[in-house]
Amino acid sequence: MCSYITEKTAIYGSAKGADGWSSVTSAQVYFDHPYHAALDHALSIDFMTSDATRKIAVEMSADSARALVASILAALESGEHAHA
Amino acid sequence: MSYRGMVADMVSFKGHNGDTGEAYYARPSGKGPFPGVVLIHHMPGWDDWSLEATRKLAHHGFAAISPNLYFRHGAGTPDDQAAKSRATGGAVDAEVVGDVKGAMEFLRAQPESNGKIGVMGFCSGGRHTFLVACRLDGVDAAVNCWGGNVVVDDPTQLSPQRPVAPIDLTEGLKAPLLGLFGNDDKNPSPEHVNKLEEKLKSLGKAYEFHRYDGAGHGFFASERPNYRVEQANDGWQKVYAFYRKHLG
Repeated sequence: MCSYITEKTAIYGSAKGADGWSSVTSAQVYFDHPYHAALDHALSIDFMTSDATRKIAVEMSADSARALVASILAALESGEHAHA
Repeated sequence: MSYRGMVADMVSFKGHNGDTGEAYYARPSGKGPFPGVVLIHHMPGWDDWSLEATRKLAHHGFAAISPNLYFRHGAGTPDDQAAKSRATGGAVDAEVVGDVKGAMEFLRAQPESNGKIGVMGFCSGGRHTFLVACRLDGVDAAVNCWGGNVVVDDPTQLSPQRPVAPIDLTEGLKAPLLGLFGNDDKNPSPEHVNKLEEKLKSLGKAYEFHRYDGAGHGFFASERPNYRVEQANDGWQKVYAFYRKHLG
């Protein structure tokens, strides 16, 4: 189904798109029909600039998304430990 | 009968509030007259498949227009516009109704029009189709393909953008309705389809529902795993027959 359910979170950081780097201020995350990926439903993340323009878009399978979450948490844990 | 020659191009139309929007218009070659169809894209946007489906209708004898419902979100690709729409809560029902009305007026103004207009949509566009057919005069036949959230189980899902459950507008439906649904779909689930059918029956509305085993949501989408070739082929034939019956 098409769902309007969207998780939004404020972020601080930068993203690089076709026109180079810029600041991104939010991410919207949803599990819905993708635009491009050959999936019925995809976990999609839009990294947005302050004027609500999308800088980067990713669409991935649910399994990929869970693996990515685990990788992010693992990288944070080991990285923060190394830099402590 | 198929129409191998066609003309397809970008056009502009006057939508809700007089706003000028962009649309894709495909019609068979020749003077016609041809019945018209407004094709409403799904939530991910005005994608290639929507334009292919517009040409498919032209190939089968219909002058079809697919308006970009996210044109108000500025420059960018259709998927970028869809992301902006999502960021602001998604398509606004009142704007969609006004934009489809404008697309219908575009079709009727064309010299090749036979004056009859059908509306068709997929997924959220199926919901929009039902909404439009309940709200607007001048729809001669409506095709709802697996429109989700026509029945709203949880009232907290209503929003300023979508303030009413379309099923509650059924009394206003004037056009005959064709509904295509997959029995493995979760939204609309078979129970949702039952509720809609009960409502249509109780109000004496003209409708024709086809429910497909072995199919879930979006089973016409030939570029996705949910595509079901036999059910999709049968569904398209149902669409052509329904429109030929009601649009001439």
